[in-house]
Amino acid sequence: MTIPQAHLNYILQLGDNALILGHRLSEWCGHGPVLEQDIAMTNIALDLVGQARSLLQYAAQLEGKGRTEDDLAYLRDVWDFKNVLLVEQPNGDFAYTIARQFLFDVFNYFLHEQLQQSKDETLAAIAAKSLKEITYHLRWSSEWMIRLGDGTEESHEKIQTALNDTWMYTGELFNMNETDQLMLEEGIGVNLTHLENPYRQKVAAILNMATLQVPPKGWMQSGGKEGKHSEHLGFILAEMQFLQRAYPGAKW
Amino acid sequence: MTTQKIWQLLEQVCDPEVPVLTIVDLGVVREVNINPSNHKKEKEQVEVIITPTYSGCPAMNVIEMDIKATLAQNGYPNHKVTTVLSPAWTTDWMSENGRQKLKAYGIAPPEKGTVDKNALFQDDKQVQCPLCDSTNTKMTSQFGSTACKSLYKCLDCLEPFDYFKCH
Repeated sequence: MTIPQAHLNYILQLGDNALILGHRLSEWCGHGPVLEQDIAMTNIALDLVGQARSLLQYAAQLEGKGRTEDDLAYLRDVWDFKNVLLVEQPNGDFAYTIARQFLFDVFNYFLHEQLQQSKDETLAAIAAKSLKEITYHLRWSSEWMIRLGDGTEESHEKIQTALNDTWMYTGELFNMNETDQLMLEEGIGVNLTHLENPYRQKVAAILNMATLQVPPKGWMQSGGKEGKHSEHLGFILAEMQFLQRAYPGAKW
Repeated sequence: MTTQKIWQLLEQVCDPEVPVLTIVDLGVVREVNINPSNHKKEKEQVEVIITPTYSGCPAMNVIEMDIKATLAQNGYPNHKVTTVLSPAWTTDWMSENGRQKLKAYGIAPPEKGTVDKNALFQDDKQVQCPLCDSTNTKMTSQFGSTACKSLYKCLDCLEPFDYFKCH
């Protein structure tokens, strides 16, 4: 892999995480348990899709083949997407959505804190902007972990189950693939392995406040960053890309 | 051609979602440049540099169109709008005038200083009710009708209100 290729892949990894999680959350629009939380989820979705726009615009520019942010979002297929498996998991019930969001927000917070120091000035600028938004996301999802965990017997059981089921997607967050390695050497990327300890500590601290158990160590799923996705991503793309596939070049 | 005239024109461009604020009040306009033209017959180019408030702010495209329309209507056909992300926009850039206009409009202006959001469970800032000025208020939702606002209610006059949150 050449450095420019790795650079492009790196931005796509970040952009696809934001895009797919943003799309997933937007599925809650009009279905939130209460109005305020419906608004919260769609607000967070909007932030993430906005971050994805900045990143995919930059990726399109780095690629230099005349593609746009929209081409990258709407005209790539499953195996071209480089998001982690965690963000494409189904919304499930509210507990699954909160567990997924929390497990990603903690990671995303530490990641963007580091990305602000990237030698790539464009990436550093996007990261500094995004971090302000991610901080609010983390606060929201942490508060919900605590509220559900330390809530009723039923809410406690539901969030613990969701957490246990989602846990196997947290290992991939810290995997260094060839792209990550090359970008780390260039001073553009982050050493993900260094994020794992602070991540596990932060998660444990919140779970403790939420009276929840840290799930036991077990098999960790991975593959998303290499384009090997769960079946769910295909369904997301089928919906997200429908218009551009059915009516190529359609514009608002 | 002076940049001062352009700044005055930009005072006419309002935020489409909070129409009481101009883009200058908000701190969205970072710079105005007059670039020399490449051709002798062509007018100098006006360049307006803007920065988005929030990554996903849907108002940015409208703001860009409004800037272009305002410049074109006022005799500056040769113009361009450039978006920069760094340094990231902060509510601290909102003008004092803008803050007063917000309050008069019924939206509590952002508290000064942007550090509060870095602490996960720091107590919520005391936000003053824009209607009765009481600080006996409570956050009802961290996310409001737009990305830039939270929902609050006043425990004294009991009115719900929007708070323009710190960024």
